[in-house]
Amino acid sequence: MTINKDKSRFDMTLGETLRSQGISRRSFLKFCAATASMMAMSPAMIPKIAHALESARRPSVIWLSFQECTGCTESLTRAHTATIESLIFDYISLDYHHTLMAASGHGAEDARKAAMEENFGKYLLVVDGSIPMGNPGYSTIAGISNYDMLMETAKGAAAIIAVGTCATYGGIPHANPNPTGAVSVGELIKDKPIINVPGCPPIPVVITGVLTHFLTFGTIPELDHIGRPKVFYGQSIHDRCYRRPFYDKGLFAETFDDEGARKGWCLYKLGCKGPTTYNACATTKWNNGTSFPIESGHPCLGCSEPDFWDGGGFYKALSMPTENITKTAIYTAAGAVAAGVALGAMNKSKKNSATKAHNKTTIDDLEK
Amino acid sequence: MSSSTVVPFNIQNGDEMTQNVKPLLHEIKHALDSLIETGKSTIIDLRSIPLAPGEEDKILNTLGQGEVKAQLNALGLSEVNETQYAGVWTVTHYNDEDQIISRFIEVTTMPEILCSQTEDIMAAYSRLAITLDDIVEDNLETN
Ligand code: SF4
Ligand code: SF4
Repeated sequence: MTINKDKSRFDMTLGETLRSQGISRRSFLKFCAATASMMAMSPAMIPKIAHALESARRPSVIWLSFQECTGCTESLTRAHTATIESLIFDYISLDYHHTLMAASGHGAEDARKAAMEENFGKYLLVVDGSIPMGNPGYSTIAGISNYDMLMETAKGAAAIIAVGTCATYGGIPHANPNPTGAVSVGELIKDKPIINVPGCPPIPVVITGVLTHFLTFGTIPELDHIGRPKVFYGQSIHDRCYRRPFYDKGLFAETFDDEGARKGWCLYKLGCKGPTTYNACATTKWNNGTSFPIESGHPCLGCSEPDFWDGGGFYKALSMPTENITKTAIYTAAGAVAAGVALGAMNKSKKNSATKAHNKTTIDDLEK
Repeated sequence: MSSSTVVPFNIQNGDEMTQNVKPLLHEIKHALDSLIETGKSTIIDLRSIPLAPGEEDKILNTLGQGEVKAQLNALGLSEVNETQYAGVWTVTHYNDEDQIISRFIEVTTMPEILCSQTEDIMAAYSRLAITLDDIVEDNLETN
């Protein structure tokens, strides 16, 4: 096997780059197995992923950060799984990211312009943060308003990845009363494929998973009705929650320190938004697969859904019809897998009327 | 918080919570059957199944440890163990910081990752050839 030493890093495929770094084929297979697992793909896909990644070419990535807290970048760069995320992250050519890049001022902006020109029509644009439409001065970079920078940079992008709930649905800046007039990327750009990767922040492997999918298949992954990759957001937290058998049996913790909480019963009555929240936390988990909030005894906040901040209170149980929740749970348990779906639908359709009659909140104190 | 106010929180005890342990063990039995009948291997990704804390250990304990225990040093450690049921292997991949990044149950005669890979064999051939050339040159110089 020979490696063309004359090739620049840009011309090398991912397979060649890895081998030139002394990474064995066996290590690469291990990487592909972990990738298939993180992308929730069947292990039968491992050889196909290996084959596609072998010949993948290094993409240019421009990352723009608007009204955000940098939590999304932190989520990605603080992921210490050096072997998975960083392999992909090192492989892409991150040509502009004003938090991470060494250049600043004109140098940084020149780098963005150069990357746009060189790779016009081919680069990936990653955006975190929302865009203020109230007054351009609310958020600027190098004197350029977020809106202008987004529109200019989006022109030559092959696809846009909106990272975090702020970029995907407006997030916290968009929360009532939305003082800056914050909007999402999708509200402004209509002529490019946009992949929404919401979460506050998103799970790191979901961000790299989307990048890997793009590298592996050269396409964007299949998306749901609000632009999220189905592979990560196809099932609700509730569908995959290990506390689900308690939900199905109607066994709920009523407070954070009662018998039910100690026994690990369902957190529905403590405000869990798992039934209406689509994200990979229950299977991919956080902190390198250690656990996820429900495993630590805290309800899901619903952070990957639009307007999660205005959802009426993190500790208020999802609005339910006035019939007894236990009865509802037993009824839906008969439908096993369909139960989560049914509950999600019921929550959405009856939410308004139920909100009026709602009186199930168990820990009002937390809201005061 | 004083120690008296710490809420005892224990969700590891008790019976199976997700009831996924037994179906998974049955799936392994079926996979073993198809390995015997057709030679077909099966890989099960343990991350794809919702399991409560402690349930994964329950599965691994049931499968136990068999005759083979292998360690790979490939982008971090990997452990490849044959369980006490021949043909049923557990493959656990760790990253550089010894955190588990993926875990599979493989029902096969030999997990693919243990085999030497063609590309690595080719690279090894070149390396060995260079080493031998060096040895020959050294010998010529010293003679
Ligand atoms: S309501 Fe929440 S805690 Fe209960 S089963 Fe659903 S996701 Fe899990
Ligand atoms: S458990 Fe819910 S609130 Fe927490 S990170 Fe996952 S989706 Fe967001």
